[in-house]
Parts: sequence; structure tokens; C-alpha cells
Amino acid sequence: MLKTTPFHERTAALCVSHAWRRWAGYIVASSYELSHEREYHAIRAAAALFDVSPLYKYVVRGRDAARLLDRVVTRDVLRSQVGQVLYTPWCDAAGKVIDDGTVARLDETVFRMTAAEPNLRWLEANALGLEVSIEDVSESVAALSLQGPNARVILQQLGELPPLKYFRLAETRLRGIPVSVSRTGYTGDLGFEIWVTADQALALWDALIDAGTPYGLQPAGMLALDVARLEAGLMLIDVDYVPARKALIESQSSSPYELDLGWAVNLDKAQFVGKQALAAEKQRGPQWQFVGVEIGWEGLERLYTEAGLATRLPQQAWRMSVPIYSGAEQKGYATSGGWSPILKRYIALAHLQAPWAKPGTPLDMEITVEHRRRRASARVVKKPFFDPERKRA
Amino acid sequence: MKRYDAIVIGGGHNGLVCAAYLARAGKRVVVLERRERVGGAAVSEEVFPGFRFSVFSYVVSLLRPEIMRELDLPRHGLHILPLESTLTPLASGDYLAQWNDHDQNRRELARHSLRDAEAYDEFGLLLHQMARIIKPILRMAPPDPASLHPRELGDLLRLGRYFKNIPKKNFDALWKLLTMSAADYLDEWFETEALKATKSASGIIGTLLGPRSPGTAYVLLHHYMGELDGVFRAWGFAKGGNGSVSAAIAGAAQSFGAEIRTLACVSNVLLKNGRATGVVLEDGEELSADAIVSGADPRRTFLGLVGEKHLPAEFLQSIRRFKFRGASAKVNLALAELPNLTCLPGRGPHLRGAISISPSVAYLERAYDEAKYGQFSRRPYMDIVIPSMLDPAMAPPGKHVMSIFVQYAPYQQAGGWSDERREALGDAVVDTLSEYAPNLRSAILHRQVITPADIERIVGLSEGNIFQGELSLQQMFFLRPTPAWARYRTPIEGLWQCGAGTHPGGGVMGASGRNAAFELLGQRL
Repeated sequence: MLKTTPFHERTAALCVSHAWRRWAGYIVASSYELSHEREYHAIRAAAALFDVSPLYKYVVRGRDAARLLDRVVTRDVLRSQVGQVLYTPWCDAAGKVIDDGTVARLDETVFRMTAAEPNLRWLEANALGLEVSIEDVSESVAALSLQGPNARVILQQLGELPPLKYFRLAETRLRGIPVSVSRTGYTGDLGFEIWVTADQALALWDALIDAGTPYGLQPAGMLALDVARLEAGLMLIDVDYVPARKALIESQSSSPYELDLGWAVNLDKAQFVGKQALAAEKQRGPQWQFVGVEIGWEGLERLYTEAGLATRLPQQAWRMSVPIYSGAEQKGYATSGGWSPILKRYIALAHLQAPWAKPGTPLDMEITVEHRRRRASARVVKKPFFDPERKRA
Repeated sequence: MKRYDAIVIGGGHNGLVCAAYLARAGKRVVVLERRERVGGAAVSEEVFPGFRFSVFSYVVSLLRPEIMRELDLPRHGLHILPLESTLTPLASGDYLAQWNDHDQNRRELARHSLRDAEAYDEFGLLLHQMARIIKPILRMAPPDPASLHPRELGDLLRLGRYFKNIPKKNFDALWKLLTMSAADYLDEWFETEALKATKSASGIIGTLLGPRSPGTAYVLLHHYMGELDGVFRAWGFAKGGNGSVSAAIAGAAQSFGAEIRTLACVSNVLLKNGRATGVVLEDGEELSADAIVSGADPRRTFLGLVGEKHLPAEFLQSIRRFKFRGASAKVNLALAELPNLTCLPGRGPHLRGAISISPSVAYLERAYDEAKYGQFSRRPYMDIVIPSMLDPAMAPPGKHVMSIFVQYAPYQQAGGWSDERREALGDAVVDTLSEYAPNLRSAILHRQVITPADIERIVGLSEGNIFQGELSLQQMFFLRPTPAWARYRTPIEGLWQCGAGTHPGGGVMGASGRNAAFELLGQRL
């Protein structure tokens, strides 16, 4: 029925919580242990290992490979260097975001694209007339994400690791297993993503666990990842934005500018899908902004005190739409939020109407205290909430 | 002579719905049903001892949710069980399944085509939007675009405004759906033959048209409008069979005070000075009422119950032209055991859903070719459900009933329908199905074959058309059944129509009955 990843034999044995969830038709662990807490702290204090195989992966080859990708995504692929990885959104003709992911240049004419949603049909539709082949390698390539301050030293135990800069990648061998390693991740920490053919997946897992255990390596699930990506201010498709293809009404879709991805839109490129609409929007200025919000402790405590309770904090990162007000009027909504254990702050990612999106703007966020809807004072803050120096190291 | 506010001729589901709404509004209503049971083509019968069948119509989807709500049908016993999948067995021994679960469905489609797996969601979203656009029109009495009557103009204006607000992208798609063939439209989206065929089959149901005939794309959309619990394109099976749908509506009607008489066959409508004043039953009994509402199809109503001599020539002409051309048959099997499909052996969740014999568009079109020339398809399209898998009470423990919708079996059969021909059709169905489930033949305990001629004879649907008239575009909306008389009224004052031969058409929808009642009561919809 549901697919299992190439690492399932190992992850299933570790998953004592029996807490599984679906991701792109696969089952993956929400947490391995009974609580995700230790798994989260491993990301920030030692190292955590995530099975991210359910990502969609495409290999694009051919003389026009760069042209195709440059036409599809909003960043400049033509000028990317071999070994470089670009994080980028891509849009429909109306300039609304379809998906976001990475484009890695493996060679002059070879790229690997990762995506949250299937995109084969979209790539093919844009490849008409181009000399390019697109291969869906989603099932044949397995992927692990090794994240945390000890990530690099763990990899160094397994072989010759080229000095990889942030958002660079290299082909190498880890204990003899051919892999592609990129200096990327979804945690806002020092970390790597490792790509391996599915038949070598278990061997790679074993090698990493073996080398990593002395350095505190901990297999971690989606609950821990969710807290980390929230702290890193990284948005999640279907949670923080509705991909344009799934939008039932136009207002559900968002442009890159409305998702704080204006930096990833290169309007100097000759042509790409959505350029006209995006140029117009840039000139107009986006109506919405995607920002960080911090819920103030004092206000929160007051609400709970009034109810005769000690302040209660969310045990996990939440994913739902929560209204945000300025005075009596709703000015936006938060889509992800939670308590940051490392920052000791209650944070959220929110869509706000542009005039209310400037850092420091005082707002109120709805919060349910003892069955009653209340409003806790909050303010707009800069993303990412957590941004250690080692992230770029 | 007994007097009523309204007499409803025919206790089909639309007649019952209409009667229920009229009674709810405080009217004295009687429903007159010729057969020994109400329901029309939505009946459950114990055809063979211990084996119960939805003899004719067999699934529920299009039944309007507002009717379920307003008549509180669940309180009157309606319980709809979900049909969760569609399985298309292929000649190669493989199959194509469509599942309700998104991940499961995507994975199955990707086995056949990665592109189709992606396109499927987009297609679903678009059809969902189309259905949302069309839905309000279903509950609307269609305005006549040629009329200058202020009310019609007002309605037209509202409709115009409504269409103006449809986003351009959706309007383009709607236009295509209104003009293209189901197969051509699906060609724009998919490459897997079995997927296109199975989807296009929704476009040919009940019509003597092939998947490549223009206009069938709309019928496809019509079937997308089925809605259960807020989900479009959801199909279900009524516990106890489709007779429970009729029974629930009848129960609601009676709870509002409507009288229901079975074995009460109307021989004709009584006219006085050009106005309908009552009806005469076959046994000579006369009943009178202010409004006579016919749930029978247009041909039966006007040419049968009213009589040609009482009708204006032009109107008569268009009623005569109204196309029926029944194209579907039904085979009901009592089984000693479940069919064992070669492509997916054993008892599995796939047997709780529909099984569609539609391996390719060419297969369907070939089946249509024979029908064009007055033959039933030797290898027909079939839509099969096993109701006993969903409701075990339909068959004795361990045994099963199988409902097979068969197309094409044209009413106009070269040489006419006979007992031999009926059984030959039954043999063709069993032979074809046995290619996919070799144990079927030996599992059959009893077989009931129903041709369009049988449907006409038993239920009274002209030419056995399951929609009371072909659901093709030239017979839809303000043209159903004829121009200028699409608002449930007729040229005879006091005579109304409430059957599926009026807008928006058939499919156990109940909308015609409800719309007619609201028109009659002079209420705005």
C-alpha cells in the first residue's frame, strides 16, 4: 500500500514509538523515541540523521539542461557553477509558486533537482524543443540528511571529505560507497545531505551510525525536524503555502515576493516562467509578506494566570492557520509555530498584509486558553529566528 | 370524487421528492404508482429467494445533498455506504485501479505513467472547479433565453453575471467540456489507455453515443457532480439497495402527510376547457386536483396521458423529436462465490469498489460501433459492483449478488428484442466477464437480464432510457424537454412535469422533483 524507503529495515527497528506518518506516499518516522525531544536536541547539540528519501528527485541531462532549468526556476541556473546547489522556488505563468526545492549542478550539462511535489510533467512541458532528457530518480536514489554541529566530523571518519562550502556539493566515497554529498539541509544548522543509490542505502546508514554514534548521532524524525526548520525560518509546502497547482481560488496561491523569496527571483534573466507577472508585482510591491512573529512571554503568562494556570507551551511545533490581529482587525495569519527550546521563545511563521509586516510591529495572535479564544501580544521579528555561525561554515 | 391540491403521477424518486416538498408546504398530495411498489427505476427486489438486487439503478452519488438534508432522509432510513475504488482489468493480465486514498492512487497511476499520476490531481482539481460552477445551475429552473418575460430576463441576467465571474481559465475549460468528446478531452490530459477509457465511460453512460462523440465530455462532468458528504465525485451504495432511497423519500413524504397509492395506474389526464383538472385511473376511478404533476417521461406524459389532439402542433413536434434511444442493459447475478479476478486474485478491497470493463477507448468505441447499427455489443462496456460486499444483507451468508450495468444494448434492436436475444445478451456479458474472472460462469446460481425493452415494459421509461431522455447537450438545460417548456410547466394549464426528462436530468438526482415543487409553490429557488 504505502511505500517504504530504502532505509526502512533500519528505521523500523529503531522506531519504538510506532509513530509513523506519511510523506509523499512513503511512511517515515515522526519520532523514533517516545518523545521527539532528544532527537531535536541532537540537531542542535550533536548530530541527527534524517531519512529524506521521499523527496522527489530528477536528473536533467543534455545540452539544454541548464536552459530548461533556468526557464523553470526563478534563480539564475545558467550562471551556476559545477558543484553549486541553488535553493529556489518555481512559478506558474501567473508568478505563483508551484513548489520549492534545490537545483544542483553535477556537471556542465547534468543537474539534479529536488522537489516536494511531482514535477516530471511540468519539466517535460517546459522542455519541448530543447535537447534535454529528464529522468525521475525519486525511487532509485535514496537520501539522508546529517545535521548538527558534529555533522562534518562524522563524515570525516568515513573517508576523504572535500572541503565543502555552504550550498556546494561533491561526489565522493564514504567507506567505499559512492555518494554525492551536499552542504545543505532543512534545519538551519551545520549539515549535509547525502545521495546514494537505493541498493547501497542500508550500507550507508550502517556506516553513518557506526561512525556517528561516538559523536552523539541520533536518528531523528519529522517532529524534531519541524521544530528545527521553524527556528530556521524555513517554510513548508502545504503548511505555510498552498502550491499554485492546488489552489482552489486565486487568493490561496502566493508569489515568491509574498513568501519572502524575492531574493531568489532574478528578473535580469532573459525569460522564465512567470517573469512578466513577477516583474509587475515587484513594481507594485507585494500585498502580503511572510514573516517571523514572536509571541511575548509576559502577555502569554498573564492569560494563563487569569485562568488560574501556569503558562502552557506547545509540546510540538503546530501547523494550522491562526489569526493575527492589529487592534480589532485581522491582518494576517500564522501557519506554523511552536516553542523554540534553544531560544526559549514562542515563535511562529506568519503571512501579514504588507503594512503590518515591518519588524517590530506590535500585533496580537489568537491563542486558546482553557477553551477560550484569547489574544496574546506578539511582534514581527526578523527571520531566521535561529542563525548560528556554523550554519554557513 | 376525491379532491387534492396536487396529484403526482408516478412514484419514481422524482415524483416522491416532488410530493414530499409539496406536502411539506402543507398541500394535500397523492402519489399514484402503477406498480405494486414505489421507486420507479430505484427499487430493490428479492429477485431470487435470499438475493436482493437494486434491479435497475444501482449506485447513489448525484442525489442532491439539499434533498437529503431538507427531507431528513437519514431519519427515514437512508444509509449510504462508500464505494471506494474502481478497478479496470486489462487484457494483458494487469489492471489499473483508482483508489480513494491519494497516495495509494498516485502510486498505482505512477505504475502506468508518472505523467498521468501528476496530471490526475490537476484534472481532478479542474473538474472539481467545473462541478462547483455547474452545481448552482442544477437547482435552478432554467430561464428561456428567447423569452422577454421580465422574470426570465431577470434570471438570465443573474445567470449572465454568474458566468461573467468565472475565471477565464475555468471558462475556457467549461467551453471545451461542453463541446468536445470525452475521449478527445481526456487525450489532452492522459496517456494511459485504460485510464482514459474508464474515465470516458462516465461520458457515455445512458446515451447512444460513443466516447469519441462530441458532447460526451459534458456527460463526464455531469457524473463528476455526484457529491457525498461534501466530496465531489463520490459514489456510494445505499444500504438495502436503491429501493431504500425511494423508501426513505416516500417515508419523508408520508411524514409530511402525502398519500401514496400503489397499483394505481393512471390511464389519462382529465382536461376541462384546455385545463388539467384531474386523472382517471384504469379502473375508472377519478381524482381531481388543482395541479397534476407528471413524473413520467415527456413522451409518456404528453403522447400517452394527455393525448396528441390536446396539444399545440409545434410542441407536439418537439416532444416527438425528444431523443430517448435507451442504450443500457442490466444483468443481475446471484453468485455462489466471489469472482476471482485473474489480474488481482482472491478477496480484496478491490471487490468493495466498482469493476469497470473498459480496457481502452478503442474497446468502448468498438462496442458503440455495433450499437450504431442496431446490435448489442458482443464485448460490451460494463460497470460492475458487488453490493453484498458492502451490505451483506443483500445475499445469503457467504453468497453474493453482482450488479452489471451493460452498454451498449440499444433499444432499437435490429429485428427487435426477444427472449432469445435477451439471453444472448446475457451470454455475451458472462462470456466477456469470464475472460477476466474465469470462475464466474460456474459461480452463477441465477441470472436476470434486463434489456431496454424490459425497462420500458416494467418501469415505463420510454425506449428504456435511464435518464428519461438522452442526456445530450441538445436536450439539456432550457431545451429539456423542449424550448419554452423547461420550467416544469406544460402548454396545458394545471399540468406540470417533475421527472428526469426535465432539467437537470437523471441519475437518481431528485433535482427535477425538487425544482418542480418549488416552481409549483411559486417559491424562488
